[in-house]
Amino acid sequence: MSAKAMDSINLFDPGLIRAAIKDSFKKLDPRVLFRNPVMFIVEIGALLSTYGLARDFLSRGNFGFDLNVTLWLWFTVLFANFAEAIAEGRGKAQAASLRQSVTGLIAHKINSYHSDTTVSKVNEQPGDCITEIGANELRMGDYVFCKTGDTIPGDGEVVDGIASVDESAITGESAPVIRESGGDRSAVTGGTRILSDCIIVRITSERGNTFIDRMIALVEGAVRGKTPNEIALCILLASLSLVFLLAVATLPAFALYVEKTTNQIGVILLSLPVLVSLLVCLIPTTIGALLSAIGISGMNRLLRHNVIATSGRAIEAAGDVDVLLLDKTGTITVGNRMAAEFIAAPGIALEYLADRAQLASLADETPEGRSIVVLAKKLFNIRSRDVADTHGHFIPFSAQTRMSGVDLVNPAGGGVSRIRKGSAEAIQRFVNERNGIVSQAVSDAVAAISRQGGTPLVVAEDNRALGVVNLKDIVKGGIRERFAHLRLMGIRTVMITGDNPVTAAAIAAEAGVDDFIAEATPESKLARIKEEQNQGRLVAMIGDGTNDAPALAQADVGVAMNTGTQAAREAGNMIDLDSNPTKLIEIVEIGKQLLMTRGSLTTFSIANDVSKYFAILPALFSGLYATTSVPGPLMALNIMKLASPQSAILSAVIFNAIIIIALIPLSLRGVSYKPSSARRILLRNIFIYGAGGLIIPFIGIKLIDMVLVAAGLS
Amino acid sequence: MESNELLQIVLFVGLLCVSTPLLGWYIARLYDESKPLRLPVLHEIEQGIYRICGIDPSEPMNWKTYAWTVILISGVGVAAAFLLQTLQHRLPLNPQHFNGVDFFLAFNTAVSFVTNTNWQAYSGETTMAYFTQMAALCVQNFLSAATAIAVVAALARGFSRKSSRSIGNFWSDSTKAVVYILLPLSIVFAFILVQQGSPQTFKPYAKATTMEGTEQIIPLGPAASQIAIKQLGTNGGGFFNANSAHPFENPTPLSNFLEILAIFLIPAALAWAFGTMVGSTRHGWVLFGAMMVLFLAGLSVSLIGENGYNPVLNVNAPMEGKELRFGTAGSALFATATTAASCGAVNCMHESLSPLSHLVTIANMMTGEVIFGGVGSGLYGMVLYAIMTVFIAGLMVGRTPEYLGKKIDAFDVKMSVIGILGSSVILMITAAIAISVKAGTSSLSAQGPLGLNEIIYAFASVSNNNGSAFGGLNANTVFYNVITAFAMLFGRFTTLFAVLAMAGSLAAKKIKPASEGTFPTDGFLFLFLLIGTVVIVGALNFFPVLSIGPVLEHLLMISGKGL
Repeated sequence: MSAKAMDSINLFDPGLIRAAIKDSFKKLDPRVLFRNPVMFIVEIGALLSTYGLARDFLSRGNFGFDLNVTLWLWFTVLFANFAEAIAEGRGKAQAASLRQSVTGLIAHKINSYHSDTTVSKVNEQPGDCITEIGANELRMGDYVFCKTGDTIPGDGEVVDGIASVDESAITGESAPVIRESGGDRSAVTGGTRILSDCIIVRITSERGNTFIDRMIALVEGAVRGKTPNEIALCILLASLSLVFLLAVATLPAFALYVEKTTNQIGVILLSLPVLVSLLVCLIPTTIGALLSAIGISGMNRLLRHNVIATSGRAIEAAGDVDVLLLDKTGTITVGNRMAAEFIAAPGIALEYLADRAQLASLADETPEGRSIVVLAKKLFNIRSRDVADTHGHFIPFSAQTRMSGVDLVNPAGGGVSRIRKGSAEAIQRFVNERNGIVSQAVSDAVAAISRQGGTPLVVAEDNRALGVVNLKDIVKGGIRERFAHLRLMGIRTVMITGDNPVTAAAIAAEAGVDDFIAEATPESKLARIKEEQNQGRLVAMIGDGTNDAPALAQADVGVAMNTGTQAAREAGNMIDLDSNPTKLIEIVEIGKQLLMTRGSLTTFSIANDVSKYFAILPALFSGLYATTSVPGPLMALNIMKLASPQSAILSAVIFNAIIIIALIPLSLRGVSYKPSSARRILLRNIFIYGAGGLIIPFIGIKLIDMVLVAAGLS
Repeated sequence: MESNELLQIVLFVGLLCVSTPLLGWYIARLYDESKPLRLPVLHEIEQGIYRICGIDPSEPMNWKTYAWTVILISGVGVAAAFLLQTLQHRLPLNPQHFNGVDFFLAFNTAVSFVTNTNWQAYSGETTMAYFTQMAALCVQNFLSAATAIAVVAALARGFSRKSSRSIGNFWSDSTKAVVYILLPLSIVFAFILVQQGSPQTFKPYAKATTMEGTEQIIPLGPAASQIAIKQLGTNGGGFFNANSAHPFENPTPLSNFLEILAIFLIPAALAWAFGTMVGSTRHGWVLFGAMMVLFLAGLSVSLIGENGYNPVLNVNAPMEGKELRFGTAGSALFATATTAASCGAVNCMHESLSPLSHLVTIANMMTGEVIFGGVGSGLYGMVLYAIMTVFIAGLMVGRTPEYLGKKIDAFDVKMSVIGILGSSVILMITAAIAISVKAGTSSLSAQGPLGLNEIIYAFASVSNNNGSAFGGLNANTVFYNVITAFAMLFGRFTTLFAVLAMAGSLAAKKIKPASEGTFPTDGFLFLFLLIGTVVIVGALNFFPVLSIGPVLEHLLMISGKGL
């Protein structure tokens, strides 16, 4: 089961829905529901209403309306349970297949490991030093031997050997990755499979706490503790519910007084089902029902982006981030420097320079070399010739000469022309040796390129310096716009680079980042994070190496790349399985979307109350001062012109229940989100969910009332 | 409505818009942390008080110490006010030789004045000696208002300080409030009232012979001084039973206008001052604006009610229960202002107002007295609403809600909920008890919806520390003296402690610099969100009971049926 494949799990998969329906009933258990105070109140209300129904049935036998109301109260609870169950269900399906990848694994434990134990030694006498045990018996600090075809039994670090590993079980990426001892690619994950070669792995996590275990727990929602905002929201919702409970509980006292002192005893509808209906319609059931589904789906959305968060808290923090620390390489620029322009020496045609430079690079398989070939083709349509056709002798790059190039045999005879490209100093030497001089114009160009942060590569043919190739960091397409969006959202971006300040400033300006750290060291990164945090800002960063670990741990949101070291993976609170540094931006957006969904549905839920008053209160009180022909004066509040008191109450309760179901897709998907300033986002969401929350229920309740009348249910 | 009445309202709003930044600037400077204001004479008085009482005004207090100090001064205040009343027959300045005040009444009155409620179950001119009025009641008028101003200063520090445990010094904050704000304004206002015709004397009550030849006793006393602070400190406890409807308390239309202005003067200025103290004067204006919009909305409804046709009585704009010298607009303005701000002074009998005005006055109190509200308490109540607004709507911008640079966490939400809904809870419980027992209903003079109004008005008034009376309810019974005292204490101190606890929690946090992603709290959008929260969270709970009270009363009236 891959994370990518999670996309394919359909929300409306019949199997998932069937399981969710079953779970909805299981979750009726008050001990489970207790954790959700709003829905717990609804359940108690439904129980009371059922009790009132039973009591009245025994005494009067007339119970059509009360039965309907009671049923819908139960539906309200079930719908809320269903929302949670369906969100969890998606995770459970993912967890089930993840679990399969680690059940029944066999580990080849190395009996006595010494520092001189190597792969080759173990291979020689496997019988002597290896014991086969179940993977679940492994302890932290054990050493295991893994060979081709084995599934790695637990998370660990490669201490010897090199192997290609299929990590698709976790990342969904089928291309194998290399894992080797030492360096930044030493971490292996339990449940992944070795495609070739052998390694010795030191187990670094206890059984039950491995990567896959955590992933399973996460997608199942088992460890999903409530996040700080969720706790605060729960307090607010529970308190509002309590106050409404009190308002409804004290209402009979006031109503009875009015009835009694005006000699109209019994005209106000105050049966248990009616009072419970009023309560359930007023307390914020919509958000109460969907709150946990929103949280779980946030986690799932992150997972669909192939990011695993170790806690919900981290996702929420991602929404609050003020500063992003981004590595230059791979995030802001494409991985390697590329040829960006040719600058010809005086008297040399630009096309000629390009042609010579391309010839010198034909056999150069480095990304820089290839980029020169590509640029020459792009600018002057010089087709890259086959190496063999040129009859040239290629000179590979060497650390001594610091040049590479080609020696071409002139087809017309007349010797050999030597074409070289390399650093300014190396070419200077090369030309000088042949009694040529590098012109001042070329030296100026070299200096200018250096100043702008590029790498100048001088091209020479025998004793002539032909010109300079400017190798530049190429800023990724579209990244500038993304940073602009982030700025709109109030997030500053800081570029981290090992380059000198001049180079860094040039790239920073081109990419549109707000700030940069040049000549970055682990200490300077850590210091910067602390400084930002001291000023009250939340910092996110992404990193992979061991030296990133302190900074990842210090950052409020630390995203470790899956290809990174075990230390980095432990230090961060999220792991990006794709190891894509740009992912940080998506993570921030998911965090924001999660909070927005929560806020929007809360606003919607609270705004709903207004309409429900206008449905239920006239129904309750229209009997006051009514005559046989004219309803009481409070009927004036029935602005929706609902058919009867019974249909009004029932319509409000049904609307209240159905809106939960209707909003499940939204709560799983999240409200739509476009990067923009807080002011604009707020305006938009207030308009949709605030104003919508005021108006929609008026329409919905009226429609349900019409249906009820048409169906003869009222 | 006549044009001069409209002019009166326009002038009122206009003057308030001018006075707010002026007085607000003064208050903000007074509590400025880096360079507090010093005025020559007042500074000497302030320092003198510190010396005599042995107070170190710079000693930092954390929120708990601050809160305990409030309890201490309030407890001492209740005890002193209680003893002065019960022992007044042995004390000087009792020309009418009144007996000591009855135990329950004295307790109720002591609590009432200490909590800035000024619910009056007694009749001033037949119960209280001059000395009691001055030493017990008037002193508490100053102290209760000063306490709430101090809490605002502490709350503002919660926002302006970072990573701090201290929220200021209560003694210093409250002394400054008395010396720099309340005393000077009261002295000036008392002189104006004396000029307009209010008495300020220790002479015994005057005896006069009427035209019919019967003897009439005319109560006198040191009234002007107490009237000034009862308006300025939004206390509302009248010197005479008829409060500002009494010709000595409110002699002329001008005094009436100034008294209404005095109610809003400090609460409005505090909104501005708070904004400035926390570094966003614009936010101060937003708070002021939200209060003003809510006030004007209430006033409009009330004016419609007062000027409307009453088919039951078959009159337009009935004057029953109102003073002719104030007219309908002067009465509606006073009634709306006194209930919006938790003043509680009245210049007409509220039960005689139209049903729509009943609705407005009761709803004003039920929102928790935040529409300008009590001196200090109105502002801190509104800040609680602002925090709730920020929390509900703030999530919609996609980050943890922040208010004025401080992150709002679970603790702050808890405190704002307790502060806002605490008084609602006590209102509902006490009113439901009162209406269900004989001891409660036997005090009512009306029945049906109007009887319900009497009782919910009374409990809305005490639990939100307004103190005005609807009229019609006999409040001087043991039952009412005890239950209302309880409601006053609970209503005042839950909110106050919630605010202090939050100030402590906020002061300990870092300040988050604002960015494009920050939820904006200084514009019209927030103003209307805040209003929405006040209406939906604060008042909507009461919609069911209001609908069978004033709403039903109004609908019955316009249908010509009467009660």
